[in-house]
Amino acid sequence: MVERILFFALATVAIVSAGGVVFSRNPVRSALLLVLNFFTLALIYFMLSAQFIGALQVIVYAGAIMVLFLFVIMLLNLGSPEAVMQERDLKRPLAYLIGFGILATLVGQAFALLLPMPPQPPSQAGTAKVIGQALFTQWAYPVLLMGVLLTVGVIGSILLARRRVS
Amino acid sequence: MTLADFGWAIARIAIMLGFLLSVLPVVIWLERRALAWFQNRIGPNRLGPFGLLQPMADAVKLFFKEEIVPANADRFIWALAPALSLFPALVAAATIPWGPNRLLTPVADVDIGVLYFLAMSSLAAYGVLLAGWSSNNKYSLLGGLRSSAQVISYELGMGLALATAVLAAGSFRMTTIVEMQAQPLWGVAPFLHNWLIFTPWGLIGGALFFVCMLAETNRAPFDLPEAESELVAGYQTEYSSMKFAAFFMGEYIAILAICGVMTTCFLGGYLAPINWSPIQALGEGGGMWGVLATLTGALMPPLWFIGKLFGLFFSFLWIRATLLRLRYDQLMNLGWRFLIPVGLVNLALLTVYVVAGWVPALIGYAVAIAVYFLVFGVRRPERRTVALLSEAQPYRPKEAQSG
Amino acid sequence: MEAVPLNAYLVLSAFLFTMGAIGVVVKRNPIVMFMCIELMLNAANLAFLAFARYQTDLLTQVAGHIFVLFVFGVAAAEVAVGLGIIVVIFRLRESIDVDEVSLLRG
Repeated sequence: MVERILFFALATVAIVSAGGVVFSRNPVRSALLLVLNFFTLALIYFMLSAQFIGALQVIVYAGAIMVLFLFVIMLLNLGSPEAVMQERDLKRPLAYLIGFGILATLVGQAFALLLPMPPQPPSQAGTAKVIGQALFTQWAYPVLLMGVLLTVGVIGSILLARRRVS
Repeated sequence: MTLADFGWAIARIAIMLGFLLSVLPVVIWLERRALAWFQNRIGPNRLGPFGLLQPMADAVKLFFKEEIVPANADRFIWALAPALSLFPALVAAATIPWGPNRLLTPVADVDIGVLYFLAMSSLAAYGVLLAGWSSNNKYSLLGGLRSSAQVISYELGMGLALATAVLAAGSFRMTTIVEMQAQPLWGVAPFLHNWLIFTPWGLIGGALFFVCMLAETNRAPFDLPEAESELVAGYQTEYSSMKFAAFFMGEYIAILAICGVMTTCFLGGYLAPINWSPIQALGEGGGMWGVLATLTGALMPPLWFIGKLFGLFFSFLWIRATLLRLRYDQLMNLGWRFLIPVGLVNLALLTVYVVAGWVPALIGYAVAIAVYFLVFGVRRPERRTVALLSEAQPYRPKEAQSG
Repeated sequence: MEAVPLNAYLVLSAFLFTMGAIGVVVKRNPIVMFMCIELMLNAANLAFLAFARYQTDLLTQVAGHIFVLFVFGVAAAEVAVGLGIIVVIFRLRESIDVDEVSLLRG
């Protein structure tokens, strides 16, 4: 009972903040609402006994990636609201139509699950120990590839942001 | 969760919050008096005995000041920023065990204690960034951007240092880290505790964490963002009255929380340097040994924790009074190009210890230090002297000229 | 105490994904478009973890968590490079309205 109320409250905050991200005209407010969304999602992950992933969600997404977004917004000085120029008439209704289609598909699939999926007791899978063991044994190659990817990303972003000597 | 559990949880939260908020005036007073004595002057000593009521007077003064909102500032974000700065500082101390009694000590003894602390300290970058942005003032914006860039740069060093502690203990749980430090020193001396800082990886990790602590909390010598001669108080420029008090409180509570984490992970937490467990064994029978057992087992550990906490805070003040402020590019250089490689090498050598034992690890440390000195040499500080004033050139770092 | 059913998490994930998708199409500011992409990635993460919670086998549960870790890594790398590109475009064009910078000519 308590769990359902908690989930309902967190889900409401998540959906409202996601709506704020999409429909807000000020990019800084969008970014802050997205931070709130990520924090709420981290709390939902804790409810799903994914405590390691939840803590990492706060550290990586809310603590680093969104700070990077805010830096770029502030450095490019985009605080002023988006100027309402000529509205492309076809884009918004088409977007809403596509969105409704995606939502209907996903929700339909969610309710059409034929496999019985009873709730399981909270397991050890969310702890750092089990995830660490799996990362170093079964998933070692993907971890190395992820390291290569992140290194390439870092090098790429430094090269992109360097000023050329004219 | 039964009612008794709930009651104990409320008691834990009340004790932790009460401790943080009541030790805050002591810490503020200590800063002003100790800094003054370092600088060969007397600090505030008029209000109350030894000036102990000075923080109270500061609070009253800040409460009655006029609050000025800057024009064209984003009101909501401007008002939100001090709260966003205070909140992570208050909750970051929730997983720190300050005593051996598990009903009273960590507010939340979670599996991911260290990660929780890292998460809350990464949220600290938001208050600063939003304060600088929403004040509609270029000095605030520069100060906010610099300060939050500094905070996120030194978070990596902090994470690597804490990874050393986690790897040595085998768990992210802070109580397990403290229990690991209750082992005999180096495995051989049964009367001394094995504080992590007495091991080579703990020493380097602890030093790394100490430097990152200073940078995370914007304390000297890393306090360029709040230096008055540089940026007019940086991101706090446009804040007065209680919002400034919120930033002020947030900074000191963050210092206390992060000193608490260093104490727990590297200095043995609530453990005394000497292992009192023979007395615990003798005290089973009661009588005078029993009194001594209770004293050393239940009453002294929190005092040891507070003592170490204040010792670390005093070292913060000592460094503030002694060292010069680092220029911003020197600060970022130190964080990214020195501290992170040191942290990585330390972690790698700790894994050598975990896998192969202490002899290969010590050999590895000797090799690493020798390689460092062979490759980089001992760096002398930059010195520029000119004979004539007309020949003096402004300083430009070498890399900036080629862009 | 009844637990929350799996469908609830999946419906929440579907809503967040849809809002991210609408945002990517509708917004003109590329930084906000990026944020909506992050929202979609997080919706997928939520679906992964919800399914992982309802598995019976430990290895499959852990696989769900590890997928989420890889999504974190990919999102971080993508954000770093993408924001770098946006900064470069802003330096060259002084405007980052995606409807304006639609010509491939530099």
